[in-house]
Amino acid sequence: MLFEDPAYASQLLTLLTLSFHIIYATIGVGLPLMIMIAQWIGIRNNDPHYLLMARRWAKGFVVTVAVGVVTGTAIGLQLALLWPSFMELAGNIIALPLFMEVFAFFFEAIFLGIYLYTWDRFDNPKKHLLLLIPVAVGSGMSAFFITMVNSFMNSPAGFDIVNGELVNANPLLAMFTVSMPTKVAHVLATGYMTIAFLLAAIAAYRLIKGSHKEYHTKALHMTMKIGLIFALAAAVIGDFSGKYLAEYQPEKLAAAEWHFETSSEAPLVMWGMLDENNETRFALEIPFALSILAHGTPGAEVIGLEEFPAEEQPPLVIHYFFDLMVTIGMFLLLLSLVYWVATWRNWTFIQRPWYRWLIVLGGPLAFLGIEAGWWMAEVGRQPWILRGLMTIEEAATTSDYVGLMFIFFAVLYFILGVGTVVVLRHMFRKNPVEEDLAKYQGGEQA
Amino acid sequence: MTLEIIGISVLWLFLFGYIIVGSIDYGAGFFNAYSIVTRKEHVVSKIIQRYLSPVWEVTNVFFVFFFVGIIGFFPQTAFYYGTTLLIPASIALILLAIRGSYYAFESYGKRGHKGYAIMYGLSGLLIPASLSVVLTISEGGFIHIENGAPVLDYVALFFNPLTWSVVVLSLIAVLYISAVFLTWYANETGDQHATDLMRKYALGWSIPLIIAASGIIIELRFHNEEHYQRILDFWWMFAISFVLWGLTVWLIWQRRRYGTAFWLLVGQFAFAFFGYGISHYPYLLYPHFSIYEGFTNEAMAISLIVVFILGMALLIPSLYLLLRLFLFDENYKKGKK
Repeated sequence: MLFEDPAYASQLLTLLTLSFHIIYATIGVGLPLMIMIAQWIGIRNNDPHYLLMARRWAKGFVVTVAVGVVTGTAIGLQLALLWPSFMELAGNIIALPLFMEVFAFFFEAIFLGIYLYTWDRFDNPKKHLLLLIPVAVGSGMSAFFITMVNSFMNSPAGFDIVNGELVNANPLLAMFTVSMPTKVAHVLATGYMTIAFLLAAIAAYRLIKGSHKEYHTKALHMTMKIGLIFALAAAVIGDFSGKYLAEYQPEKLAAAEWHFETSSEAPLVMWGMLDENNETRFALEIPFALSILAHGTPGAEVIGLEEFPAEEQPPLVIHYFFDLMVTIGMFLLLLSLVYWVATWRNWTFIQRPWYRWLIVLGGPLAFLGIEAGWWMAEVGRQPWILRGLMTIEEAATTSDYVGLMFIFFAVLYFILGVGTVVVLRHMFRKNPVEEDLAKYQGGEQA
Repeated sequence: MTLEIIGISVLWLFLFGYIIVGSIDYGAGFFNAYSIVTRKEHVVSKIIQRYLSPVWEVTNVFFVFFFVGIIGFFPQTAFYYGTTLLIPASIALILLAIRGSYYAFESYGKRGHKGYAIMYGLSGLLIPASLSVVLTISEGGFIHIENGAPVLDYVALFFNPLTWSVVVLSLIAVLYISAVFLTWYANETGDQHATDLMRKYALGWSIPLIIAASGIIIELRFHNEEHYQRILDFWWMFAISFVLWGLTVWLIWQRRRYGTAFWLLVGQFAFAFFGYGISHYPYLLYPHFSIYEGFTNEAMAISLIVVFILGMALLIPSLYLLLRLFLFDENYKKGKK
């Protein structure tokens, strides 16, 4: 059977849980910031549209937070259930950021509870806005700490192994590893960017359907602007990440780029296919681009995959993940840049349905980009769970029931995923903006 | 006090916190479902929803805190318990997921889906049952080492009376703790019907609780003689616990000072829980590893304790704010705002 090898089954189950969790986790990181900005603009300009926006987003947020919390709990425990030997070692070095992540989550949970249930309890709306700051900070810090743990797995540091014994543990050095700055920054920037494009997609869709024009135009305008800022940030940080990889994890970069032979003036290979001799076909080659991505100069030498023993090479499929991520990122960057320039120059084509459909497409694409980026980062680390130290085989559980658990969790995530969509649709169908706005301006609870 | 003792005390305290807030939550879900089945939902559902909605996420964090903390302080637990607990812990996770999503799906989607409410109520009873299995395993005798990896003997575990005694105790404790708390909360909101109903449940579960708890001590005598002897050494802690139980029941019986009754209950469980924990010392898994063998390095232990203190400095005021706004706010309780 497919699941007979516990190590392979554990990989699949972890992949499943994480791929599902990051959808909700990304919303959890990005949405509080958007709610905060909307509510802030609403209070500052005394504009009920923005206040309503904050409120409607917050309502939807509750549903995704619930699923995010339970899947997050699942992955937290699964780490120990599926990778006991890894967690035993990691517990000695990397427990500190894991522990801090729980505190950040705790902090966020408390204030989110207060924020959601106190809409009308403060006479001064600014006090209510203040509650969102710990929520946004807490969720950002969660992402920060958990990505720190992941960085450690990519570039272990902060300890020595002497005769198989772990000595000289330094929790701080383990937290601030070489891959940490680019990873954390990229995760945060793409998280905020994704949620901006998700909300933009919803606004664009409602505009196509002819809903409340003023409200949705404001939402679209605001989110496209935020989206552009974070898309630019993500691209710049992505470039730094490439330079990090070239320096410290060259096998991942080489596999992602199908760069087999060490050479200077290396071209960047986009898409294409591999034949049996590892020759690329139908690919778009951008001259010098890989050397620039890796080292900043067109003539720089980039290490090829042939320098690594076959059993330490990551799977070549990560090339597609990398290309998917970069292509989507570029598409979203252009989409928001054009929108912004067109707004500034009063070009009206961005109000045409075809452009709005492109924005609608941007929402799901942004999530696909997030997934592809994580697949590239994680699959690209194989065969290691701790790069250079511990392989996946050594870390996995020896229990025989992982395959069975995979099926259980797959069913669970399916139900949760469908449930989220059904509940969210029901919620917003039942309360269209017009009605909410009328209630809201009438002083009633929306 | 050594770092090991500080570490395990902190974790034990958080586990205790989870048992109290988790029990309130799980029991409330069960009473909610039960009241729907018996068509009494108008009596308690509103109170339960009102209290639970803002705090369920916080309840969940207590649980996460415990398992992240124990791996931080005692990394070897990941090796022993991680490998062996795959099935019970996965089941608990799936049930937790059903519960967690209920709040969102039920409160914001279609209201009053009966099937979901019943599943939600039942999951609240099954989670403590599946988690309490860990307590049985920690007594030893169910895990042996094969080819350098721990293996759990499911058959021995399933047919052992101790396992079932612990499961029964955890179920009864959940219902009892929850009923006492909800009696108090219902009374605070001024809802007489709900108070009477919850009071009846609280009194009804008080006798089975004390029978089940005594039964476990007797079971232990046959299963783990060493632990049983140590429990006898700390007999006074269990005696205090028993007296506090008596006082709680008496106050509820007299319909007086439900708030005091709840805090006496917390004391009762604290003495029993810490008495049990101290007598289990120094083993985390009898007899395979103790808190001294499984402890993390000194640098990590110190930094975890520092972070813990800083974290608490942040959390305690926030928790206080949460409680003041929802649990002890006159207007909120009475449903005005």
